[in-house]
Amino acid sequence: MTPAAQTLEREAPLAVATHTALSVPGMHCAGCMGKVERALAAVPGVAHARANLTARSVGVDHDDSVAVPDLVAALAGVGFAAQPRATVLEQAPSAVKPLLAPLAVAAFACMNVMLLSVSVWSGADGATRDLFHWLSALIGVPAIAYAGRPFFASAWGALKHGRTNMDVPISIGVTLATVLSFYETVTHGAEAWFDGTLMLLLFLLAGRALDAMMRDRARAGVDALLRQAAPGAMVVAADGTTAWLAVAELVPGMMMRVAAGERLAADGVVRRGASRLDRSLLTGESAAVPAAVGDLVLAGTLNEDAPLDVEVRAIGEDTALAEIARLMEAAGQSRSRYVRIADRASRLYAPAVHSLAALTFAGWMLAGAGFYHALVIAIAVLIITCPCALGLAVPVAQVVAAGALMKRGVLIKDGSALERLAEVDRMLIDKTGTLTMGRPAPDPAALDALTPGEAGVALALASHSRHPLSLGLAEALAARGAKAQPLDVVEEVPGRGMTALWREIPVSLGRPSSPTGGMAVALAIGADPVRLIGFADALRPDALYALAALRAQGLEVSILSGDNALAVAQVARETGLMAQASASPQDKHDAIARLAAAGRRVLMVGDGLNDGPALAAAHASIAPGSASDVGRQAADVVFTAPSLMALPRAVAMARKTMRVVRQNFALAIAYNLLAVPLAMAGLVTPLIAAVAMSTSSLIVVANSLRLSWPGEDVA
Amino acid sequence: MTSIAVLIPIALGMGLMGLCAFFWALRRGQFVDLDGAAARILIDETDEPE
Repeated sequence: MTPAAQTLEREAPLAVATHTALSVPGMHCAGCMGKVERALAAVPGVAHARANLTARSVGVDHDDSVAVPDLVAALAGVGFAAQPRATVLEQAPSAVKPLLAPLAVAAFACMNVMLLSVSVWSGADGATRDLFHWLSALIGVPAIAYAGRPFFASAWGALKHGRTNMDVPISIGVTLATVLSFYETVTHGAEAWFDGTLMLLLFLLAGRALDAMMRDRARAGVDALLRQAAPGAMVVAADGTTAWLAVAELVPGMMMRVAAGERLAADGVVRRGASRLDRSLLTGESAAVPAAVGDLVLAGTLNEDAPLDVEVRAIGEDTALAEIARLMEAAGQSRSRYVRIADRASRLYAPAVHSLAALTFAGWMLAGAGFYHALVIAIAVLIITCPCALGLAVPVAQVVAAGALMKRGVLIKDGSALERLAEVDRMLIDKTGTLTMGRPAPDPAALDALTPGEAGVALALASHSRHPLSLGLAEALAARGAKAQPLDVVEEVPGRGMTALWREIPVSLGRPSSPTGGMAVALAIGADPVRLIGFADALRPDALYALAALRAQGLEVSILSGDNALAVAQVARETGLMAQASASPQDKHDAIARLAAAGRRVLMVGDGLNDGPALAAAHASIAPGSASDVGRQAADVVFTAPSLMALPRAVAMARKTMRVVRQNFALAIAYNLLAVPLAMAGLVTPLIAAVAMSTSSLIVVANSLRLSWPGEDVA
Repeated sequence: MTSIAVLIPIALGMGLMGLCAFFWALRRGQFVDLDGAAARILIDETDEPE
């Protein structure tokens, strides 16, 4: 807590009436947290502010005199954009949290029962052994009942639907072992298995918690990205007053005022103004389309030229957005049919283990052992084969791999994404915004030709406009070290460009008077010859390098774009890729379905709304961090760096992870090959079970940790 | 034998105390923001000229 907040609390015990949660996506370090907390604590009426770095949010306790906009303004004052979160409940529940308490109980019980077991193993007998068994039972039975709940619930859910999963053999083994151990305790038997059973639960819960932790982390990252782009619109009321409303609050009939450079928040009809709209996010086409009064315009398009007044329409069944949403819903179903490798393994494993145990029981009965003796040995087989190392084999490897990727700006949403990503052999990549930066960049040769004076004027003019070409030009010129010249009487003529006076000479930056081949702006200074600066949507840095690396990994890559054939052909030439142009969202989805039907595992890389169905339908999908909300939500993997090298890196890491997972399975099976014959022969004691179980688990964990070594990286 | 009667309850009691401490921490929200807790040590609290 800051000194300021402490003083406040000490001097005036405020009537803390309200708790507000604000989302602060820009907060990412200790310095940011300090700034955010200090800024909020300095607002009069605020009792306490505590930042949460994991959720990128801050909780504020304050009295009723403080309104939420005051808090947002205080944060804006120190340079952080913030949005109120409707309720704290809105936050998705963490997957790790419900596992922490069972994990702690299992750890506590396991340690204490192990302590008692050591003395039994070292020769305690008679009344001492009975006492220790009773103590173990007292700790073990409730602990197993509590800590085993996640497995029992999941196994019951699977059995109810006539399926089986990894939790079924676990639950059967744990239950039988507990019942047998309790029976042994009551009948003054020599061997109780509470220690082994608890250790099993402890290891399995640890694996489960790791898996959940990975999902939580990646989701926090993606959520922070999503909240950054919380869309809304400036709404003009009938009396001329304006207010900023979030998308959810928009109602048909409202009038949105969309400034140049702003994205439309809802579908609607233009009522005033004329402009050009960039629909690349929606359709992939890079050329802007004109919009005039009466035209239907779609959410997600970018207003380029002039302010528009748009009347909000209900999102009908026929709009592009609704169509895309329907397609995505249908497409996502194929992916949910994917069976994770651990469950696939358990489909083979569970019947094998159960028939082995049954065989053992039958064998010992036939050999003349009593019912009780045969049962004890069969249960020992069940315990020794319980997939302890198997339960850790997958999650540990995946968590380590996801952590290593996250450090390099690649967020994996869950473990199944890594599994699917490792299997891809065909890649389709969107052009606009994915293969390219998605925003126009000026031709460097044209910039080189400018004198420093001209560059300064161009920068000054461009910096006054929100037009995408101006933004791109200003960024490029500033990066080259141009100094903005002082201008007078700067004016923006919608649809034409910028005009101003520079040292009493009229200057302008705007649309060329004669049409040029592609995008271009004309810079005119007095009577000097007009300078034309061409624009192109540049490839991402390292794009060619990354594509070469992907080909080296055996992926067949081609472009699948909604843009017109001309624009796509140019990028196809530059990259040497095959391309399909003018593809609608339905076409993209169909292209993937065709490839999938031909037995290919398709990786879709795309960013736009129009890629949403394809991203959801593909075997695995990746989106850049700059993608639309839909793109980021539909994709399995999101990369935040501008470089496309994230693609080969993610594929390489996914394959490496699966190699390690397979090694882990091999290790676990090797352990079973050693231990099962011993168990079937009736030679396994609780001591051997405990040693074998922990050794195999440690080996599997150690093998998985190799993934975090900064080993041979791709290219 | 009497030493066991003393030592076992002590061992169990200490373990149980640890477990209770963990549950207390869990309920108090100590595990809500692990990244933030790691970063918080770097916040300089003495730089405010009031």
